[in-house]
Amino acid sequence: MLKAKHQTGLVFFPAFDWAISPTHPEREERLLYTQDQVFEEGLFDIEGISEFKPDPVTLKDIQRVHFCVPDVWHVTTESHFISAGGAKTIGMAVLDRQIKRGFALVRPPGHHAMRVVHGARGFCNINIEAIMIEYLREAYGIEKVAIVDTDCHHGDGTQDIYWHDPETLFISIHQDGRTLYPGSGFPNELGGPNAVGKTLNIPLPPNTSEEGFLYTAEHVIMPILEDFKPDIIINSAGQDNHYTDPITNMNFSAQGYANLTSILNPDIAVLEGGYSIEGALPYVNLGIVLALAGIDYTNVKEPNYDPDRIRQAPAVTDMIEKIGETVLTIWQQKEYIRNQIMEKADPGNRNRNIFYDTDGIQESQHEQIQICSDCAGALRIDSTSSRGVHILAVHIPRKACDACKQTGYTWYESADPDDFDIIFIQDRTEDHYLERKGK
Amino acid sequence: MIIGLDVGGTHTDVVLLDDNGLEKEIKVLTDPSNLFNSVLTGLNEITSGIDPKNISRIVLSTTLSTNAIVQKKIPAVGMIVSSGPGIDPDFYRTNAYYFPVSGSIDHRGREIEPIDHDEINHIAEHLQKEGIRYVGVVGKFSIRNPAHELQIQAILNGSFEKIFMGHRISGSLNFSRRIATTFLNAAVYPIHKEFYEAVQRSLEAKGLVLPIRLLKADGGNMRFESSIEFPAQTILSGPSASVMGAVAFGTEDEDTLVMDIGGTTTDMALLINRAPVLNPLGIGLGGYKTLIRSLETLSIGLGGDSAVKLIEGKLEVGPERLGPAMAYGGQVPTPTDALFITGDIKDGDKDKSKNGLKPLAKIHGISVEALAHQIIDITCQNILTAAQNLIDRINSKPVYTVHELQEGYLVRPKNILVLGGPAPYFARHLEKLCAYSIRVVPNWQVANAIGAALARTTCEVIFFADTERRVAEAPEENFSQQIDSNYDRTGAQQHAFELLRDKAIQRGANPDFLEMEVVEALQFNMVRGFNTTGKNIRVKVQVKPGLIHEYDHVIAKLSQ
Repeated sequence: MLKAKHQTGLVFFPAFDWAISPTHPEREERLLYTQDQVFEEGLFDIEGISEFKPDPVTLKDIQRVHFCVPDVWHVTTESHFISAGGAKTIGMAVLDRQIKRGFALVRPPGHHAMRVVHGARGFCNINIEAIMIEYLREAYGIEKVAIVDTDCHHGDGTQDIYWHDPETLFISIHQDGRTLYPGSGFPNELGGPNAVGKTLNIPLPPNTSEEGFLYTAEHVIMPILEDFKPDIIINSAGQDNHYTDPITNMNFSAQGYANLTSILNPDIAVLEGGYSIEGALPYVNLGIVLALAGIDYTNVKEPNYDPDRIRQAPAVTDMIEKIGETVLTIWQQKEYIRNQIMEKADPGNRNRNIFYDTDGIQESQHEQIQICSDCAGALRIDSTSSRGVHILAVHIPRKACDACKQTGYTWYESADPDDFDIIFIQDRTEDHYLERKGK
Repeated sequence: MIIGLDVGGTHTDVVLLDDNGLEKEIKVLTDPSNLFNSVLTGLNEITSGIDPKNISRIVLSTTLSTNAIVQKKIPAVGMIVSSGPGIDPDFYRTNAYYFPVSGSIDHRGREIEPIDHDEINHIAEHLQKEGIRYVGVVGKFSIRNPAHELQIQAILNGSFEKIFMGHRISGSLNFSRRIATTFLNAAVYPIHKEFYEAVQRSLEAKGLVLPIRLLKADGGNMRFESSIEFPAQTILSGPSASVMGAVAFGTEDEDTLVMDIGGTTTDMALLINRAPVLNPLGIGLGGYKTLIRSLETLSIGLGGDSAVKLIEGKLEVGPERLGPAMAYGGQVPTPTDALFITGDIKDGDKDKSKNGLKPLAKIHGISVEALAHQIIDITCQNILTAAQNLIDRINSKPVYTVHELQEGYLVRPKNILVLGGPAPYFARHLEKLCAYSIRVVPNWQVANAIGAALARTTCEVIFFADTERRVAEAPEENFSQQIDSNYDRTGAQQHAFELLRDKAIQRGANPDFLEMEVVEALQFNMVRGFNTTGKNIRVKVQVKPGLIHEYDHVIAKLSQ
């Protein structure tokens, strides 16, 4: 009799009636063959594997993380509420100890969605992992969280949301941004001044295969996780590093993904991208679930799997080892790097232009963080979109010190309604979300 | 006239229905060691004095195949299983002669690896040498392309008495359940065939020449001739007989809980607008999870004869039964004894019940009467908790579309229908403890046999089309057809209904009253690169479980 070593829970929500557009990669068909494989293999019949029905998230769950412009309804659909709800359902089941590990096999994805949302970028509208994590922090009091984003694309949305949070370690491993959307995710992106080194980026060269991914997981990610000692580990489990993926250039496999999952040993995995819907997803998802459950997966293989054909070149191996060393050094020397950053003029301010490729919106941001040694610091974001909306968003972090909280409210209250269309404040100390309309 | 017969653990119930309603009802003791005799005795008694020409329909619900499986009284069977990549098929081993073989088909039905003819020949020789006569052949994704199962069957053909192929057993995805279900069909085949042929011969000897029908776990029936190909579908028909016996009395446009309170167990099911809720995958039995269509039921070890015990100062009822109630000469106090003390039941020895409960009441420090009330309350409370679990289970069934999640129907029954031996005595007490309104099914003692008699012939068809591969298929129905790129969901639905109609009539349905419905109809655009290359269509249709329409007037009489 087949039995899971670890009680494992799944939310499977393929949203068979939702697509960005009929021929978009993020369409109804995406998880169809995964469903076929999961059903045919009888995954939900295995003792110790259970399926959960997702509860949609609430408005408040989204507003705990995002500033949606002009409001949540304009930038989401029901499917986003359910997808984030799938992650939340799994998170609750893990923390309620109903299951040891969980996997939210849901769509649409979320890791390109940043704190301010004017629309969809990289097929994402709201950040489903962040919504889950902040809910779990509020409801269960967990503190230190590590997110390992193994999607082929840089998880720039999750990076943005946790940029200033010293209690969230965000590690993204992805195809080098010089060769792939969104073009970011370099080692020098390592967190804001209050959280230096808590964002780590590991760009891998195109054609990285099993060897390179597993090397990085074992020799770079795991030592850092052991050092950080998180309360919970989340894996943003994108599946687009696969050798058959149509929009990326990597050489990963189902066996590789299953091994990676065994090494990372996440409490919760959340599906992100992955668009080789026939050649990869059915097998990768099966491999991930079996690995989470602690069931033998050595016979899970794509029909055309040939490890020799996708083996990485020695030059690729060299580059991977080098980048690994760089990232380990950053982690070890994060205090020193912080001091260097503080010596720069104006370390608390940054200006950015953000492109929403899915919706064709251009956003221009000025961000100001209160540099603070007692908390994550109050955050002020002045944002204008090419749709002509100008907002001010103030975020007071979960454990804000009195001074930062005061600063946040001062920013909010003193903002001139003549200057903005909407003025928001997200006060995480009180779990409040307020807004004022401009004139 | 119609005969319905339901073999239970203790009694075999038989009814004769005619235009006036319930004409005759009898109960005979079930002899588990000789079911044939129990069935024959029941049929003989019910037909005595009746002109065989007047009998138009006989439906049987027996425990034959269930018992054979649970008691492992089944012959050796050979299983040949072709898996390909994925979970190791050895995990799904059903029996000793179980052979994983090469060959692989993927989720679209494309051949990835051929089967090895020599390997199959070799296994066939081995099985023959071992004297095995029944074989099951199952391939992963065979319902998307049965080619490998058919090739293996062709090699085996002629060397064995009966070969069962997975793709003909069910159209649903689930390899491990397909293996288990195919195995069970092969295993019960000889017992099933012999038994019902004998029943048929006996009936013919009495001048009753008509096709006998067998009740299935999904609350429908099929003709014996059809059941030869799917004998395992007759397992666990007992609970469905009871549910079908209650169907006519369910509340229209509302949800109704059905509870069959027996001596040992209480079985529950749910009706939505008088149609029973089906289990989405299939029934489980004796450690096997199957693809055998069944009603969604929940069974607990709690009934009128459950043993009452005091464990660490706490009163417990069930789950075991240690004989009849003390009022009827048993050794251990039961809820039935409690019902004697409260005066609900009157036809036994109340003093025996009282004396039986006395020691427990003394330890507990309360009066016998108070103890009796506690026992009844605990029993009713546990039944109601189980009912809530069933409702929760039905409501937490995952769905895969935004529409279903938002509009998904949540069951919220307000009524409970009770039947079974002690049902009316419990009804009053159940009602005090809950907000449900409780009704007792008319003819509650034989409602199960009435349910068997009046159940429809049911079946389903799972249909699949892939316009990129240009095929429409229903392998379970041995149907495959070339289609063009314009083929769509509407066409698929129509095709599926045609197949369903033929299948239902062949299995014994009345073509004039065929209530067919779409269970699922999905159509996906298949996009490769930036081009739409085809449509992937999945349709599931079924004959709605329910009662036969031609007997509406009989049913109306029953409720009077």
